[in-house]
Amino acid sequence: MEKMSRVTTALGGSALTGRTMHCHLDAPANAISVCRDAAQVVVAGRSIFKIYAIEEEQFVEKLNLRVGRKPSLNLSCADVVWHQMDENLLATAATNGVVVTWNLGRPSRNKQDQLFTEHKRTVNKVCFHPTEAHVLLSGSQDGFMKCFDLRRKDSVSTFSGQSESVRDVQFSIRDYFTFASTFENGNVQLWDIRRPDRCERMFTAHNGPVFCCDWHPEDRGWLATGGRDKMVKVWDMTTHRAKEVHCVQTIASVARVKWRPECRHHLATCSMMVDHNIYVWDVRRPFVPAAMFEEHRDVTTGIAWRHPHDSSFLLSGSKDSTLCQHLFRDASQPVERANPEGLCYGLFGDLAFAAKESLVATESGRKPYAGDRRHPIFFKRKLDPAEPFAGLASSALSIFEMEPGSGSMSWFVDTAERYALAGRPLAELCDHNAKVARELGRNQVAQTWTMLRIIYCSPGLVPTTNLNHSMGKGSSCGLPLMNSFNLKDMAPGLGSETRLDRSKGDTRSDTVLLDSSATLITNEDNEETEGSDVPADYLLGDVEGEEDELYLLDPEHAHSEEPEYVLPQEAFPLRHEIVDTPPGPEHLQDKADSPHVSGSEADAASLAPVDSSFSLISVSHALYDSRLPPDFFSALVCDMLRFYAEQGDVQMAVSVLIVLGERVRKDIDEQTQEHWYTSYIDLLQRFCLWNVSNQVVKLSTSRAVSCLNQASTTLHVNCSHCKRPMSSRGWVCDRCHRCASMCAVCHHVVKGLFVWCQGCSHGGHLQHIMKWLEGSSHCPAGCGHLCEYS
Amino acid sequence: MAEGENEVRWDGLCSRDSTTRETALENIRQIILRKTEYLRSVKETPCRPSDGLSNAVSLDGLNKLLAHLLMLSKRCPFKDVREKSEFILKSVQELGIRIPRTLGHGPSRFIPEKEILQVGSEDTQMHALFADSFAALGRLDNITLVMVFHPQYLESFLKTQHYLLQMDGPLPLHFRHYIGIMAAARHQCSYLVNLHVNDFLHVGGDPKWLNGLENAPQKLQNLGELNKVLAHRPWLITKEHIEGLLKAEEHSWSLAELVHAVVLLTHYHSLASFTFGCGISPEIHCDGGHTFRPPSVSNYCICDITNGNHSVDEMQVNSAGNVSVSDSFFEVEALMEKMRQLQECRDEEEASQEEMASRFEIEKRESMFVFSSDDEEVTPARDVSRHFEDTSYGYKDFSRHGMHVPTFRVQDYCWEDHGYSLVNRLYPDVGQLIDEKFHIAYNLTYNTMAMHKDVDTSMLRRAIWNYIHCMFGIRYDDYDYGEINQLLDRSFKVYIKTVVCTPEKVTKRMYDSFWRQFKHSEKVHVNLLLIEARMQAELLYALRAITRYMT
Repeated sequence: MEKMSRVTTALGGSALTGRTMHCHLDAPANAISVCRDAAQVVVAGRSIFKIYAIEEEQFVEKLNLRVGRKPSLNLSCADVVWHQMDENLLATAATNGVVVTWNLGRPSRNKQDQLFTEHKRTVNKVCFHPTEAHVLLSGSQDGFMKCFDLRRKDSVSTFSGQSESVRDVQFSIRDYFTFASTFENGNVQLWDIRRPDRCERMFTAHNGPVFCCDWHPEDRGWLATGGRDKMVKVWDMTTHRAKEVHCVQTIASVARVKWRPECRHHLATCSMMVDHNIYVWDVRRPFVPAAMFEEHRDVTTGIAWRHPHDSSFLLSGSKDSTLCQHLFRDASQPVERANPEGLCYGLFGDLAFAAKESLVATESGRKPYAGDRRHPIFFKRKLDPAEPFAGLASSALSIFEMEPGSGSMSWFVDTAERYALAGRPLAELCDHNAKVARELGRNQVAQTWTMLRIIYCSPGLVPTTNLNHSMGKGSSCGLPLMNSFNLKDMAPGLGSETRLDRSKGDTRSDTVLLDSSATLITNEDNEETEGSDVPADYLLGDVEGEEDELYLLDPEHAHSEEPEYVLPQEAFPLRHEIVDTPPGPEHLQDKADSPHVSGSEADAASLAPVDSSFSLISVSHALYDSRLPPDFFSALVCDMLRFYAEQGDVQMAVSVLIVLGERVRKDIDEQTQEHWYTSYIDLLQRFCLWNVSNQVVKLSTSRAVSCLNQASTTLHVNCSHCKRPMSSRGWVCDRCHRCASMCAVCHHVVKGLFVWCQGCSHGGHLQHIMKWLEGSSHCPAGCGHLCEYS
Repeated sequence: MAEGENEVRWDGLCSRDSTTRETALENIRQIILRKTEYLRSVKETPCRPSDGLSNAVSLDGLNKLLAHLLMLSKRCPFKDVREKSEFILKSVQELGIRIPRTLGHGPSRFIPEKEILQVGSEDTQMHALFADSFAALGRLDNITLVMVFHPQYLESFLKTQHYLLQMDGPLPLHFRHYIGIMAAARHQCSYLVNLHVNDFLHVGGDPKWLNGLENAPQKLQNLGELNKVLAHRPWLITKEHIEGLLKAEEHSWSLAELVHAVVLLTHYHSLASFTFGCGISPEIHCDGGHTFRPPSVSNYCICDITNGNHSVDEMQVNSAGNVSVSDSFFEVEALMEKMRQLQECRDEEEASQEEMASRFEIEKRESMFVFSSDDEEVTPARDVSRHFEDTSYGYKDFSRHGMHVPTFRVQDYCWEDHGYSLVNRLYPDVGQLIDEKFHIAYNLTYNTMAMHKDVDTSMLRRAIWNYIHCMFGIRYDDYDYGEINQLLDRSFKVYIKTVVCTPEKVTKRMYDSFWRQFKHSEKVHVNLLLIEARMQAELLYALRAITRYMT
């Protein structure tokens, strides 16, 4: 013990000067093992078998154990182990099934000591008894484990794994007689070395092969196993049944696992494929590795902690033919790179936000987060109680709750449900949708629909001469009618908007504004109470001031500042705007995008007026020259769609896209369309609007979208009696040979839609139940339950 | 005639609900009768020249339907469909239209039809398998009917194939079938090509692609090289091949797509081996599976001639078989004796390391010269050869030139540890399915050998498996390749070699001349081992290259 502590201190000394280092080997390594004095390491592979001395600055080759001219398969090592009691004794497992022991004390060049050729297949693992000098254990592909006494020529006892290949064997460090073995079929067995006839205990640890296991050096009952299923599991073996106490999910199959000395919850892993790094995990924190070593360029095949009482040195061998010493101090720590903030929406629009406490503390003192100033919500803060990691920043969790009724998205749902997207002529669709939008108080959207109708349906129908005329008068014909309604609706809408919300009392304009802003940040927003000063104050802040100046500089916009005269003046000046305005929205949108504008409502509001004046232009244009082909407008319409989408109202963008179909599709690139579609479908599904979402999927022309409802169309059912999946047929269980769902009315098997009462769980054919409950209110099964059909 | 209402929908027949099937059948019956009536009326009225073409077209369409019905009447797992289809055919015949009849001798040309399970006489487990297969594909193909000798394997096979072709995966459906066509065409397997041409069109593939690989998208054309190397010399696959596919600008493959494609290619290469190895006959509803000609006096049919199986030939083989019954009886005994000896003597005489190494090299070298003597050039059928380029590239020319196959050590890269992880990472769940399939194929045994029971055949199965891997240069450190020479005789080696490397050259004589006393089910079992070992070998090389590319 004294010697050990001296070594440790010596190591501690070298840790100051020692470093992360590597040396090149001549061939890929398969396994490494450390001598008990922590000064030498043995590396073994298919064509390498060498001992290196670990010095402060470098590895020095001490001995090449591969002697003889002809390479023998006996030297092709799958595993190597150094005895922890006798520093002259080593054992290797060869790929051809031979177990070889080596005695470094032999005077000759060839240090080979004994040869055991009892296994028929590759030996995967060898293991010395931790305290007994002469006991060696081996596990092989042929399904046998053998225990050798090195004083004898052949094995003392053989343990059979029932022809299932053994991947790892490990003597328990504390229990003298116990060893664990892991198998290719996912099982782990516990054996008593004295009883070769049957295993003490067996349990299934992994799905697929268990590649490795390691006993905890201090904790008596803990066994860590790693498997092809990318899991590391820690089992408590002291209880009657092996209990899984920790589980770490890695990103690749786990090839080796080794507990870190002196750190009760740490273990190191390396993977079999793809991933070349070595990770050190804290098993209590299974999602982020505590440390990561990234030196190797190919898969790591062997890892070993340098000394059983020192936690900072890790040695590793790899397929890239290097031997590495890693210093824990130099490890990269993914935790530090991780984003410590988390944000999540709740079912009812609540917003949870977690961040480092330090961050929250400083911020809340100065300036609250985007959300909380604008929202009359209560703000709960509580510390996460389950934070076991001292030293790491503790995090604060904030939950923003919605006021009941606020931020409701009912307009979205209503719109989605009531919009007509296909099946009627374009004009009718536009009219219908405009009506829907108007009824929901979304005038701007309604306006857009009307515009679209005018652009794509009217020209050619109405003689040009008529237009000027009808505009002033508001007289006969189809178009004037529409016009007059345009005028009425536009007047307050346009006026108030261009005046940038000066008309605080105007509820209508408020809603328009809110609509657009609400869509931008989905349901986080809540509508202000009408007439309240909050939005106006906010909108008239610094951002808006700039906007105003902008407007004043612009002579055309100056006109529209006066709402009452909008209509009479509209005719001529606006016509010039055709040339002038396009830069307008772009300019403003740039502004909206700029990050310093924090209030999203401000963006929306600043955008809204531009848009409506912008669509107004198209109207006036249509009025003046109806012969212009609709193609002429497609660029504008596309801009309009992009505008809506950018605002967050993908609903509008997608609906217009579908309704207009071929007319605009070619002008918007596929990817954007697909993006809109998927976001809209995602939104619809969040609101459980399955039918609408499916309709949208069906109507979409984007290939990637329309195949959405082709995938995963299978519905798996379980038998109601035995709870097993019914694989072959949906209505008869293969196992219990019973029909799962009988109709309570006709007593036949239901093979299609099955409806059942949630009170008494009786049910049957949809039609039958419907009919039955029309005449009777009791359950058809006669259970006496008063069923209800809704 | 409105095309819409006459569009025949076969998918209703795949339903497990008998009433759905009945309505679908009734619908089909009406369409067919309508078409028949139409044709009859046209025939009776004086023929106008302009009608000639359209008549031929509609007759062609009707004939296709009738052929499909014929297939249903023989191969549908549902009794009602079989009966009703036959009834429809009869009633069409009564109307004076010529109906087709089946050609050939059941699902396999090598195995007598009476040995093969008849549709309708299967047990419940098999019926469930058949119904599954039929529901998924709308047919019960001959491969399934031959594989059903081993239902446990068949289940896993169908599950895998279904997943590869129809379930979620990175490649679009028509790509999958087209890759299947490419792979099968590499071995000139017209059976698989025909099947997948139909499927390809059914899932909406562009018929133009079928005119040849040069009409397919560049992306698929790029895959041609990998297909070629994988089929004939998988050990030559390097990470440069992979890199070339993954970094081809706009035609590049993603890793997931590539793994899907590789799995499909290897699946169909080995399935082509099975098709030839078991002499699978053309499907009833495909070309060469039926004829409209009345039966002629002479007993042979076209498909037999084209495959070099004249009935005369067959008789010769039979007589040869009769002569050597005692011989072949001795064969089985000798094989079992050898197995016993190997089992016992293994520990006594231990070969030296050099000896072991050279045994592998000898076996590998010799395997190249194991070839059947009748090695005449087979020119691929024209319609198949257009699906691939470079017809001369095959296994043969390399063996003639004595090229060296490098050794691949399984201990350094094996399916269980490495291949599985890679496949499952890039194409989830498929690794699991293939792993299961390998496992079942490798461990399948009934503990019988010909007429003997309770035999441990693991040694023999391992010898076959390792022999195939040895031909591909894959070495197991822990195997004594001397065993192969003891257990596999020359005619068996010739058969294995031909099935695995040049399946298109398999003849009935080869099939008959190995293991003469063994049952057909055992020969099919051998074929399962062959195709799975081949698939694993190809996969190992391809996946190793992908792994090397990734590191």
